[in-house]
Amino acid sequence: MSTEQIVETREHYLNCAFGWKSWLLTTDHKRVGLLFLISITFFFFLGGAFATLIRLELMTPPGDLFQAETYNKLFSMHGIVMIFFFLIPSIPSVLGNFLIPLMIGARDVAFPRLNLLSWYLFVIGGLLTLCAIVAGGVDTGWTFYTPYSSLFSNGQVVLTIVGIFIAGFSSILTGLNFIVTIHTMRAPGLTWFRLPLFIWSHYATAIIQVLGTPVIAITLALVAIERLWHVGIFDPALGGDPILFQHLFWFYSHPAVYIMVLPGMAVVSELVTTHARRRIFGYKFVAYSSIAIAVIGFLVWGHHMFVSGQSQYASMMFSALSMVVAIPSAVKVFNWTATLYKGSISLDAPMLYAIGFIGLFTMGGLTGLFLASLAVDVHVTDTYFVVAHFHYIMVGGTMMAYLGGIHNWWPKISGRLYPETWARVAAVIIFIGFNLTFFPQFILGYLGMPRRYHSYAEEFQVLNVMSTAGASILAVGYLLPMAYLIWSLKYGPAADANPWGATGLEWQTESPPPTHNFDVMPIVTEQAYNYGNASPSVR
Amino acid sequence: MQSGFRLFPEQASTLAPQVDYLYGFLIAVSAFFTALIVVLIVGFAIKYRRRPGREAEQVETVMGLELVWTAVPSILVLVMFVWGAALFLGETVPPKGAQDIYVVGRQWMWKVQHPNGRREINELHVPVGRAVKLTVASQDVVHSFYIPAFRVKQDAIPGQYRTMWFQATKPGEYHLFCAEYCGTNHSRMGGRIVVMEDIDYQKWLGGYTDRTPAEEGRDLFVQFDCVSCHGTGSRQRCPPLGNLYGKQEQLNNGRSVLVDEAYIRESVLDPKAKIVRGYEPVMPSFQGQLTEEEILALIAYIKSLAPAPSGEAKKVQR
Amino acid sequence: METLAHQFDDVEQQREASTLGMWIFLATEVLFFGGMLLAYSVYRTLYFSAFAEASRDLDIVLGSVNTAVLLCSSLTMAMAVYQAERGNVKRLVRFIGLTMLLGTIFLAIKFYEYYEKYKEGLIPGAHFTWHGSDADHASLFFIAYFILTGMHALHMIVGLGLMSVLAILAWKGRFTPAYYTPVELGGLYWHFVDVVWVFLFPLLYLVHRSS
Repeated sequence: MSTEQIVETREHYLNCAFGWKSWLLTTDHKRVGLLFLISITFFFFLGGAFATLIRLELMTPPGDLFQAETYNKLFSMHGIVMIFFFLIPSIPSVLGNFLIPLMIGARDVAFPRLNLLSWYLFVIGGLLTLCAIVAGGVDTGWTFYTPYSSLFSNGQVVLTIVGIFIAGFSSILTGLNFIVTIHTMRAPGLTWFRLPLFIWSHYATAIIQVLGTPVIAITLALVAIERLWHVGIFDPALGGDPILFQHLFWFYSHPAVYIMVLPGMAVVSELVTTHARRRIFGYKFVAYSSIAIAVIGFLVWGHHMFVSGQSQYASMMFSALSMVVAIPSAVKVFNWTATLYKGSISLDAPMLYAIGFIGLFTMGGLTGLFLASLAVDVHVTDTYFVVAHFHYIMVGGTMMAYLGGIHNWWPKISGRLYPETWARVAAVIIFIGFNLTFFPQFILGYLGMPRRYHSYAEEFQVLNVMSTAGASILAVGYLLPMAYLIWSLKYGPAADANPWGATGLEWQTESPPPTHNFDVMPIVTEQAYNYGNASPSVR
Repeated sequence: MQSGFRLFPEQASTLAPQVDYLYGFLIAVSAFFTALIVVLIVGFAIKYRRRPGREAEQVETVMGLELVWTAVPSILVLVMFVWGAALFLGETVPPKGAQDIYVVGRQWMWKVQHPNGRREINELHVPVGRAVKLTVASQDVVHSFYIPAFRVKQDAIPGQYRTMWFQATKPGEYHLFCAEYCGTNHSRMGGRIVVMEDIDYQKWLGGYTDRTPAEEGRDLFVQFDCVSCHGTGSRQRCPPLGNLYGKQEQLNNGRSVLVDEAYIRESVLDPKAKIVRGYEPVMPSFQGQLTEEEILALIAYIKSLAPAPSGEAKKVQR
Repeated sequence: METLAHQFDDVEQQREASTLGMWIFLATEVLFFGGMLLAYSVYRTLYFSAFAEASRDLDIVLGSVNTAVLLCSSLTMAMAVYQAERGNVKRLVRFIGLTMLLGTIFLAIKFYEYYEKYKEGLIPGAHFTWHGSDADHASLFFIAYFILTGMHALHMIVGLGLMSVLAILAWKGRFTPAYYTPVELGGLYWHFVDVVWVFLFPLLYLVHRSS
């Protein structure tokens, strides 16, 4: 019997039921993951469209493609869509939702209906924000600094805030579900230190989601209240304090970046071990470093405010802590690198993405030290140096990890293999395009080009043109996976349960898995990544 | 102003080379570790590539290695922190005798006023080789006064004063940018810093017959009847203001406060926030009655007051 | 009998999960209120005299009565859980009903207070009229007052909804000594809302009352 026939006759989570209702009312975590996949892909391309327009404008120094106000809306909407509607949900709500129950040997998450509600909240929040965009958009930047956002902006501030507010609850529910699931539903024998590191990192992420998101919720609510009823919470003319807004905003928004990067690290731990067939070097160190990042990440928000007039002593505390938070990340990078030592390394697409992550995250993380360093930060804050830094982490880091994860688990999710050569080509194109887009921006930043600039000084043009050229390459790189992954759904060869020969409970069930995940409850007796003792590679 | 392609900004202040040294150190450390990781990864990917007949070898965690690569980065970041903090502390405290200049930002321009009254818009003329202290305020939203060539930047927060200082080292023209997004024309809210030799600067300043900020301040002091309480004489029931600027004032809650621009501004707009020991909280608030520039003028006037003799306050110094 | 949801292996696991879930949810609520409380604390430190003066304008009698009402409602809620544990359905329903009654009284008093503030012109915004000296900073106090007590009242209303669902389910006989987790968790939520008020009352009503 050929594998094609097996795929068609066996029942699994995709073919067990058809029709709108089976998807829109699903409580299967795998289907919820796919619902998120479709929604966030839409928002990714929307945010990417804004980015394209931004880079087109920035090819020439004068603001000649768009009016200033339009440009200001473009960068604001790019940030809002990419951060709240793509990056924050991406890995947790797609891969986390799909994989966490599988990885711990459970049938579903703890609260499947809350999981579906989480998706609906995301969609509603997204639709409201789309309405805001269509109705004119906002020009406040994703940071909504007061008093500009509360008193001066003419955009759809309140509507956008409501959209983000609602989407925030999606994030909270996802985090809540993950924490409870990981605590209470692990398979017999799956102790904490036998868990895949994917779980540890998502657990740390969930803590941040649960504790941080409510603060941004109330903060943005206050801005909306100030705007609607002309009360002066952050309005200096009425005794309010604009700096209070900044503290409240960054108290969430700094940990938020760890919500965005920790899941990327989660994926990389899996990709490196799977495609080098090696046990992770320093398991406990990598596990604890995720928790350390989550905890310390709550204590560094003031590094966004070094030039706002914050007290020198507060600035010094935040600078020191911001340096400290880099250490656990460094520990991870070294441990991943050591994991490659004496491995059996296969340079397929997931491994290429993982290596790309390690290199680019290292650069992005190191440039974070520049920003943590007080005297240098005074010069480069609010310039393209910061823009380059966070794009290295979020795009060079999280986005690459996301794509690597999608490729790695594509066989499990879809039951098909993606075309490896195309995938490798796309990974390389993305890597090259990315570096060409964002490396020049470090130089621009130190030269003094401020961010959020519609028009800029003549001498900055060469580097901006390089950046735009890179962006066009990057765009091609991102379109390729869309094309061949969809292609593979129909024409890709069928995948068996474990095409990579990887450890991990998710690979002990069929591809795609049955709705209830496992026919037989797995019992765990081994440490994670038990290569070397496992059966020979299936490939 | 520099046109043409550059990779590094000009160094035009005493601070700039110091920041650039620290930047250089950070680049060196970053380049080293990036290169190290890249070489290792690429090396391993080649040397340990998957080949038939070769299995992966499992390697146990080496505690010593974990400690080393935790400790070494920790020491490096400690150095970065101390270096950056030391430089930062130095750049936040202006040296004594720094020349005072007032800057008010508003959508979408910078208004600059020199102590002798000369005003500028989107430009700042300064002498080379002398410390200049800027008091930065905003009339509406948050802006940021940024001079890349000097490596200095300070946010202008509405309702508060901030100070920054620099000492220019090279005559020339340098970019002035607004560095905090402030609305439609944020990217056009800039201009130039013009550094001149001292002689040229004096020439540029002098022969200027407009009123000084301190003179304007004195007029406001009379116009708003501050003089009825704060003037000297037997009816004095408010703290005297002669020779007060820069001193410590004792408050009624046992604490003391430095009399600087921010304290004077607060006393004018929110007099009940701090009460001087031995006085009653009877001063009315002037919130909403004075613009930012008028408050700065009053401050300039109070700064100019010589020690108060038993008679009237001395005339304003030119 | 407790229905075992398909994702759980046994009722023990189900109970553990739902309890942990409720605790985490309450943690998010602490952070939500916490953000506003931080803003309040900052302004209170900066503008203490204005806050003290404004606080005196709140009706301390009604505030104290409300505190007593809410504390009693936590007692009746605890009694409800106690009765559920023992399988006394009638008493369980009665205590939930009492809790709801007390909660409604709380809300009624609260809205009466709001109405009074409206008549006195103390709703922040365009029509705010302040008799004292520092109108701007007094306005900040009332902004904090309305947002904090308003959010709290919203949570009370949700709580009343939860209680009515529990009452109906209890009436239908769904809870037994072997299974009364929803009552417990509803109780957790109710106690939390009570605890929030225990913080809000002194912070808002008792600023410098002694002088």
